Amino acid sequence: MSTVANTIEGLSRGLPDMSTVSRAIPAASLRRQYRLDQLFRHATRGFAFLVLALLIGIIATLILGSLPALKAFGLKFLVNPHWNPVTEEFGALVPIVGTLVTSFIALLIGIPVSFGIALFLTELSPVWLRRPLGTAIELLAAIPSIIYGMWGLFVFAPVFATYVQPALTATLGTIPLVGKLFQGPAIGIGILTAGLILAIMVIPFIASVMRDVFEIVPSVLKESAYALGSTTWEVVWNVVLPYTKVGVVGGVMLGLGRALGETMAVTFVIGNAHRLTSSLMLPGNSIASTLANEFTEAVGDLYFSSLIELGLILFLITFVVLAFSKLLLMRLAKQEGQKT
Amino acid sequence: MNLYARRLLINRFNLLVSLFAMLFGLFWLGWILFTLFEAGFKALTPELFLHMTPPPGSAGGLLNAIAGSLFMAATGTLLGTPIGIMAGIYLAEFGRRGWLAPVTRFINDILLSAPSIVIGLFIYEAYVVNVRHFSAWAGIMALALIVIPVVIRTTENMLRLVPDSLREAAAALGAPQWKVITFVTVRAAKAGIITGILLAVARISGETAPLLFTALNNQFWSLNMNAPMANLPVVIFQFAMSPYENWQQLAWAGALLITLSVLALNIFARVFFRNKTPVY
Repeated sequence: MSTVANTIEGLSRGLPDMSTVSRAIPAASLRRQYRLDQLFRHATRGFAFLVLALLIGIIATLILGSLPALKAFGLKFLVNPHWNPVTEEFGALVPIVGTLVTSFIALLIGIPVSFGIALFLTELSPVWLRRPLGTAIELLAAIPSIIYGMWGLFVFAPVFATYVQPALTATLGTIPLVGKLFQGPAIGIGILTAGLILAIMVIPFIASVMRDVFEIVPSVLKESAYALGSTTWEVVWNVVLPYTKVGVVGGVMLGLGRALGETMAVTFVIGNAHRLTSSLMLPGNSIASTLANEFTEAVGDLYFSSLIELGLILFLITFVVLAFSKLLLMRLAKQEGQKT
Repeated sequence: MNLYARRLLINRFNLLVSLFAMLFGLFWLGWILFTLFEAGFKALTPELFLHMTPPPGSAGGLLNAIAGSLFMAATGTLLGTPIGIMAGIYLAEFGRRGWLAPVTRFINDILLSAPSIVIGLFIYEAYVVNVRHFSAWAGIMALALIVIPVVIRTTENMLRLVPDSLREAAAALGAPQWKVITFVTVRAAKAGIITGILLAVARISGETAPLLFTALNNQFWSLNMNAPMANLPVVIFQFAMSPYENWQQLAWAGALLITLSVLALNIFARVFFRNKTPVY
């Protein structure tokens, strides 16, 4: 109701008095309004351009800043595992691998849990509980990442090292081939811990996209499946999921984009060691944590520009992942528009 | 076991698993909040709001950090919001034809989720390097760049919810387009746009990564915009990573303050403006 009241108030304020409408509006006034219209349109357009300029600016600045490193190392930068500020030899392999592995662990845990949450929220939960529970999960996304980092380092890591890591080493660690990943000292911090905390952080993003796309499935489709005698699970698995496949992948990619660029939480718990290891229990490094730890202390042009090139790589990876996510979600929205 | 019993069993089992997934999610939220309250309330004293950040080993508070955070978040929001609203208006009102609007929308959604540390790097390279010192201005710019995409997204979404008949009614009365937009559509979408701004404030209140390379930190009280300025997130980072007991205590207190204000903003925005606002 307030909308309508606002509108009427707005109209009466923004328009000439009704008594003047019957008279012809002077041409000068019309021209002035036309010019104001043009001005307004171009002003808003300018701000929209600003967003494009921002993106181009970010990429251009980062490329410019990483030129010395690009010249010195070329493509070898991507595959060189050494990172030595003393001899000025820099390679991005360790942080890149660390970023990819932690994000992979995050998705491995995050996807099934998010699916479960979305399933619970759309099919199982009583209607009155849906909103509060959905909000609670979304609040997980609102907690600043530095809090995750602190909590991870001071609370989660000790618990993880005392109870979970020895158990993992004793069980998963004995499996041939895969076992190597889970062997190592139970020190609490490391790649696995970072991956786990990232998993908690991406769950709200993936779960809320999944819930949103599950909700757009036409109820006719679901009811038809129920009428044929399907169980709830069969409806979700055989009807809802195939219908929303594209959107679900889009949500997962969105979560991946978040996990790749996450800085503070990872910096606290990953351990910051420039080493390639075969074990997930050992400290490692990610692109973002390297930047957070070393950037303000870096000396020398080459060191600086190597760090900026790391940032450029991170931005490009997340850009591609997020663009892919957006395209998939747009495809689902389009398909939705055609079917209903 | 016959087919029906098996299908029923699978159904029950999977739904049970989904219940556990839900509990799993809530469990972490509960655990994190519990830790924060337990460790944070112990350190939450009036001193916190009266004294500056101390050197290791002596008593002190977080006054300069709290003030710096409030100041930079407020200024960053003031700087970013008008830009976001104007661009959002373009996307919703003028962007129905042409290439600029879809491209901008696409880029904006990517910037919305782009790593904030890269924004910090960008401001560092574009501004800090040129003026040769860290400063509050640089921090404010970085925060404003994070505000813009959030505000654009919500402004556009909320303006699109305004029915076209309203615009047509206003236009039929002879209102020029700029008046239709500023006096009718934006006013009708006001609540939603404010929600977006609140969520943007919540988002930047906890941002640490972009401030590391821009505003840095300052142990003392400073309102000089061209000097490094203290702020809660970076203080928390520095103090939590330190080996000193009193610094870690202060870090917990700061963490509690930030989380409480961010969660309060989020819940307020959601409850009072019951619009569907995406977190992503």
